Amino acid sequence: MSDQSYTPNSKFGKWFNDRLPLLTLSKHLQDYPTPKNLNYWWTFGGILTFCLIAQIVTGLILAMHYVAHADMAFASVEHIMRNVNYGWLIRYVHANGASMFFLAVYIHIFRSLYYGSYKSPREIIWILGMIIYLLMMMAAFMGYVLPWGQMSFWGATVITNLFSAIPIVGESITTWLWGGYSVGNPTLTRFFSLHYLIPFLILGLVVLHIWALHVPGNNNPIGIELKKPSKDTVPFHPYIVIKDLFALLIFLIIFAFFVFYSPNILGHADNYIEANPMVTPAHIVPEWYLLPFYAILRSVPDKLFGVIAMFSSLIVLVALPWLDTSKVRSAIFRPLYKQFYWFLVADVIILGYMGAMPAEGTYLLIARVATTYYFIHFLIILPVLGYKEKTIDVPLSIAEPVLGGSVDPSLTKSKTKKI
Amino acid sequence: MPEQKKAKRRDFIFTASYTLGAVGVGATVWPLIDQMNPDASVKALASTEVDVSGIERGQSITVLWRGKPVFIKRRTEEEIEKARQVDLKELPDPEKDEDRAKNPEWLIMLGMCTHLGCVPLGNKGEYDGWFCPCHGSHYDTSGRIRKGPAPTNLEIPKYEFVNSNTIKIG
Repeated sequence: MSDQSYTPNSKFGKWFNDRLPLLTLSKHLQDYPTPKNLNYWWTFGGILTFCLIAQIVTGLILAMHYVAHADMAFASVEHIMRNVNYGWLIRYVHANGASMFFLAVYIHIFRSLYYGSYKSPREIIWILGMIIYLLMMMAAFMGYVLPWGQMSFWGATVITNLFSAIPIVGESITTWLWGGYSVGNPTLTRFFSLHYLIPFLILGLVVLHIWALHVPGNNNPIGIELKKPSKDTVPFHPYIVIKDLFALLIFLIIFAFFVFYSPNILGHADNYIEANPMVTPAHIVPEWYLLPFYAILRSVPDKLFGVIAMFSSLIVLVALPWLDTSKVRSAIFRPLYKQFYWFLVADVIILGYMGAMPAEGTYLLIARVATTYYFIHFLIILPVLGYKEKTIDVPLSIAEPVLGGSVDPSLTKSKTKKI
Repeated sequence: MPEQKKAKRRDFIFTASYTLGAVGVGATVWPLIDQMNPDASVKALASTEVDVSGIERGQSITVLWRGKPVFIKRRTEEEIEKARQVDLKELPDPEKDEDRAKNPEWLIMLGMCTHLGCVPLGNKGEYDGWFCPCHGSHYDTSGRIRKGPAPTNLEIPKYEFVNSNTIKIG
């Protein structure tokens, strides 16, 4: 890298940097050559970093007032809401922050799907991202259990029971997870412990995610490899920093709207009833961000295969870089993929909606069709499309289509194949 | 051909050290894993005695045993009749009602759906037994799964009649 030879100006800076090259790192982050055509869908990485920090800070504060005990957890959450100074604000930011985090991560993932950011040489970035996503779901699930309301308790019961579907050892695993014969106080305390741990694991993985990103550099809307640095790139600071901050500002307006005007709209009223192991709420629904997976789980009429289908829906995502056989990254140059992409978006939204509806009649039928299509998309359409699709010629550089003239068309075609 | 690689003294030492190391790591990790299993205080609450003298025919109560709900249902003649007439071939998890309720009047079972552990609702569903609101499993008047995602019948815990009015569960 060009910034390897960086020497700080001040004498102290040089002395320090020789011993711990933090200033070199900082210089690298400032100069980091970024494609100049990145659109606003690329600002969600920064937004997600903000979300993670916000969750850690608010969570740290909530843990100062929360009591992780089955008899006291529910009351301690009400204590936070009513007695603790600004407790209501911090809790609402944390609770809605989880939803905002998932909103941002879904946009981030679907951006990657549209522009083919998961493809070679960025497979590791993608897989790290998927691990982060899985950890986020675990953290969110365990966090939702902590207030010990009805949805907390029964959500925990249903999700931990997924493991009982495993043949032979399933029963022992659930007992081990619960620390008892049902969800109870031991379950609550360990969930609290793990809920506290996971964000820091995520933080570590985010560092790796960004490190892996900085090796090949950002993908970009036209999905071609760029010469870096060149006239196709701009330094990260100030160009991308300012753009990310502006996007974050807009994002925070939406965030603040939820926190201040409808803090409970994404939650369930049942969670304001204390956990009762004798009564299951009439309609158990997970948080909105888990609904598509829940719909997949319920659309299979067999317990074990339902669980397998649900986990498979995540595994196909991890395998995506190898399932998508197309050499062209961006959907802009893939007319057929572009259509299938939007079918997939619609399919996931339909699954989410079906996950919130009762699993019966027409809803169940639609959920089954949508589940089948989800797997068809990844396991059949994507591998076949890579061979069958006639893609549009890819430009040689970002500047070329705008400035033009530099490349003759025949050259464009021959180079296309190499991308 | 290069001479065949013979196991040397050093290879033996390596293998022995790896093996011993693995055993050591295993022995160290086990307490860290096993601490999550039910502790002594949880295990101590192994049985519950329930007074059932106040239950009329057709009524059902729910009691907690090991943190799980247990249904104690005093069945009507009709319900017993209905449960016993079922052809076993129709059942996903074939079990005779006679085996599930030693005393036909009393049906005692865990109130946890065998799908994902929700509490089924009584006198509901297509078989007039129990219906799980979470994912739509239907149980008959013997608590046997008839329709829906649950794989097995509602579980019968270990219980005994201490006297005619008291049932000991566990």
